[in-house]
Amino acid sequence: MSKVVYEKSRGLTDVPMFYCPGCTHGIIHKLVAETLVELDVLEKTIAIAPVGCSVLAYEYFNCDCIQASHGRAPAVASGLKRTNPDKIVFTYQGDGDLAAIGTSEIVHSAHRGDNVTVIFVNNAIYGMTGGQMAPTTLTDMKTSTSPFGRGTASSGIPIKVSEMLSQLPSVAYIERVSTHDVAHVRAAKKAIKKAFTYQMEGRGFTMVELLSSCNIGYGVSPVESLSFIKDAMIPYYPLGIYKDVS
Amino acid sequence: MKATYSASGQTLIFEENLCKGCDLCAHVCPKKILTLDKSRVNAKGYNPMTCFDIDKCIACGMCGIMCPDSVITVLKEEKAV
Ligand SMILES: Cc1ncc(C[n+]2csc(CCOP(=O)(O)OP(=O)(O)O)c2C)c(N)n1
Ligand code: SF4
Ligand code: SF4
Repeated sequence: MSKVVYEKSRGLTDVPMFYCPGCTHGIIHKLVAETLVELDVLEKTIAIAPVGCSVLAYEYFNCDCIQASHGRAPAVASGLKRTNPDKIVFTYQGDGDLAAIGTSEIVHSAHRGDNVTVIFVNNAIYGMTGGQMAPTTLTDMKTSTSPFGRGTASSGIPIKVSEMLSQLPSVAYIERVSTHDVAHVRAAKKAIKKAFTYQMEGRGFTMVELLSSCNIGYGVSPVESLSFIKDAMIPYYPLGIYKDVS
Repeated sequence: MKATYSASGQTLIFEENLCKGCDLCAHVCPKKILTLDKSRVNAKGYNPMTCFDIDKCIACGMCGIMCPDSVITVLKEEKAV
């Protein structure tokens, strides 16, 4: 008898992903899909896709999906959850989507304690539009719009979303995790499972920030981009639980 | 196209035409038995990932976990008790 150690989750469709080779968006999609299957909620889940590289996430998640205007996914999630309280609702958002154009929506969704889950993919760059500087871009990091490195005098220091939102009283759970190796990917899945479990228990706003990579945007190989997460991103964006009501 | 590598206790199946040759699976494999086949390209135009020593595979599943494109299935033979 052979036992399946690993196979593609039925939480994903058969549509091949259009992401660049080695993009960790694919890994994060798998973790969310596997979680929804393991919690047996795939059939009653509504995903909200952002604008960004993951704009086509609705093609990949094997559940009902809506695609929101840039940054507005939390507002759409809020409305959907209020009118469909028995559904599991999550947004999937990049750092440009969530931490730049959609700052207002994410702050107020968290502040209201909307009983939704936010999958926040922080790759420190605007991937889709060609690697421009994001609010999360690291100090001195070169991007197509900061060719000499991000200057803090002109652009400020990178915004720490998990730290910021965890100050809001109605937030139930926020954790920052990483995708740069197998052990961290496994830990990331545990965090995602906890967030969805809290939503099922009606505890309120939950968010998992996943440190992700954009090797094309950084101009390095996929394997090197994992080292960038480990050596450059984690020191500035420490992993850990920032809020947990339990 | 499925490429299957099998030994007595473990099997790897690669959905070759979905592979983008990113090398992440080979990077995390503890046995270092995965390599890109530079002599071929798949339907996407990438060199596909292959296994050159399936006997050494311990069916840990790490390659599968790390593959962003869900290319890899890992099977392990369970011993009869
Ligand atoms: C209202 C509006 N403004 C700007 C854009 C252009 N735009 C598309 S994606 C994007 C950035 C997305 O970056 P991020 O959210 O970090 O996701 P990634 O692509 O890195 O996954 C921008 C600015 C847009 N589509 N709509
Ligand atoms: S199952 Fe483990 S040992 Fe086998 S190829 Fe994959 S990573 Fe390597
Ligand atoms: S991780 Fe997946 S896509 Fe990347 S080389 Fe390995 S099998 Fe191919």
